[in-house]
Amino acid sequence: MKAGTNLEKVLEAGNFAVTAEVGPPKGASANAVQKKCEVVKSCSDAINVTDNQTAVVRMSSTAGAVLLKQMGADPVMQMTCRDRNRIAIQSDILGAVALGIGNILAISGDHHILGNHPGAKGVFDIDSMQLIQTMKMLRDDNQFICGDKVAGDVPIFIGAVESAFSDPVEFRVTRLAKKVNAGADFIQTQGVFDVEQFAKWMKGVTDRGLDEQTHILAGIIPMKSAGMARYMRDYVSGVYVPDELVKRMENADDAKEEGLKIMLEIIDQLEDVDGVHGIHIMAVGWEDIVPVIVEKAGLLPRPIV
Amino acid sequence: MIVGERKPFDEITGMLNGYKKVLILGCGTCVSVCMAGGAKEVAVLASQLRMDSGIQEKGVEIGEETIQRQCDREYIEPIVEMAKTYDVVLSMACGAGVQLLSDMLVPTPVLPALNTSFIGICEEEGVWAERCRGCGDCMLGITGGICPVARCAKTLFNGPCGGSVNGICEVSKDTPCAWQLVYDRLKALGKLESLEEIQPIRDWGPSSSGIPRGVYREDMAGVAVESEGSSK
Ligand code: SF4
Ligand code: SF4
Repeated sequence: MKAGTNLEKVLEAGNFAVTAEVGPPKGASANAVQKKCEVVKSCSDAINVTDNQTAVVRMSSTAGAVLLKQMGADPVMQMTCRDRNRIAIQSDILGAVALGIGNILAISGDHHILGNHPGAKGVFDIDSMQLIQTMKMLRDDNQFICGDKVAGDVPIFIGAVESAFSDPVEFRVTRLAKKVNAGADFIQTQGVFDVEQFAKWMKGVTDRGLDEQTHILAGIIPMKSAGMARYMRDYVSGVYVPDELVKRMENADDAKEEGLKIMLEIIDQLEDVDGVHGIHIMAVGWEDIVPVIVEKAGLLPRPIV
Repeated sequence: MIVGERKPFDEITGMLNGYKKVLILGCGTCVSVCMAGGAKEVAVLASQLRMDSGIQEKGVEIGEETIQRQCDREYIEPIVEMAKTYDVVLSMACGAGVQLLSDMLVPTPVLPALNTSFIGICEEEGVWAERCRGCGDCMLGITGGICPVARCAKTLFNGPCGGSVNGICEVSKDTPCAWQLVYDRLKALGKLESLEEIQPIRDWGPSSSGIPRGVYREDMAGVAVESEGSSK
């Protein structure tokens, strides 16, 4: 065991894992995090806490993850490379582990020009690949980036993301391989709407044997409305929503119901894709739907490991 | 070249407040090529200022001059005495030029008329683009001649982020994704395999660590007069 988190145990035992996501509030209310956690806790194996997603300032992911931990959930603390240099990154990792956080997920981070402080100075001292390496170095070599020794153990189950539909598409398997080589123990992908295309990417992944070296959780983004489907199709990078699905959402009498139906179809298909070890449900702002999806997908109860 | 842009006219007149005799000094190298601070732009600014009612009212005298390079002592020396006969010098050079000029003209103040933008190229008429951040550890050799430091919005070293779509960067629809360009170039060069390797964490010491940088050439330093700006 790398960190012995619930997520790691569930995956290592060969279960089809379910992770959910909680976005911390634009404020200091612990209750806001706790309420969301309460909704998704019993239907997931671990819960991501986003790190100032879309570069909008919110409560820190570390604080959010600690709040989740206090409620008995297994947090996945997201960490971007956008806002901290290597000194802060390593220090924050040590602090998070000291507070009982075991899963840390490395991401580049949405560019700050897209957020609510576009005049900020972006850091990007190291990139997400190098952040994965850094965590592995802290954990396996007991070493800081500079080579100095770390005092004591730093158990981390290292997460990373990949986007099968971003460009250049031909490079995305290679990029995943790099992340696995860098030390990623699990991968959460960007939202999948086109399972056929996703399966093609997964074929490349399994051909290289990467699914045996890391756990891949396919991203699920529940759709609430036709507007949301169009928005994701047109504006969210790395998400590919086929027109056919947008049409289904547009023609539906009850868009939420149709969205749920689509999600369940996608999950059903994903369960059959070789190398997929679970799903990651991103329903930020619509947490209530998560227990419904998990239940209807037949993924309850969650395993006790 | 170093690319610059002239400051807004109101900012310039604001800075000149209180001065009676102003020398506008152009630079004949980079900023001349990018049409921001050469002889032509000096003439334009001078006539704009002369036509400005505020400047006219105060009876401000405007002089014009352009030298070959303001980042080079050799070219500044011949104009030092003349420049000092003015109350203020409005430099149309890049930040390096303004600073050397300031050093050499004390006690005459020097003001910047340009905003220095970046090291870049002219892509087409009227369009300039950044190409280099002077990072001090050039990696163009492994990226097929496309700079991820200056051209990737997140300074990534290991390939494109998830924001790369149809060759466009997530920051704006007018910004090409540097890593798509790198990918295409390496493909054309038959060198895609170099993207398989993880680029290690780099030492930003020679670059953005924040310490003022200098270049010291043992073979040359001490032979000529030691330059004030260089350090070991
Ligand atoms: S790698 Fe550094 S030196 Fe080379 S072009 Fe980019 S910024 Fe300039
Ligand atoms: S989209 Fe491309 S250029 Fe923009 S930040 Fe990502 S990798 Fe860099």
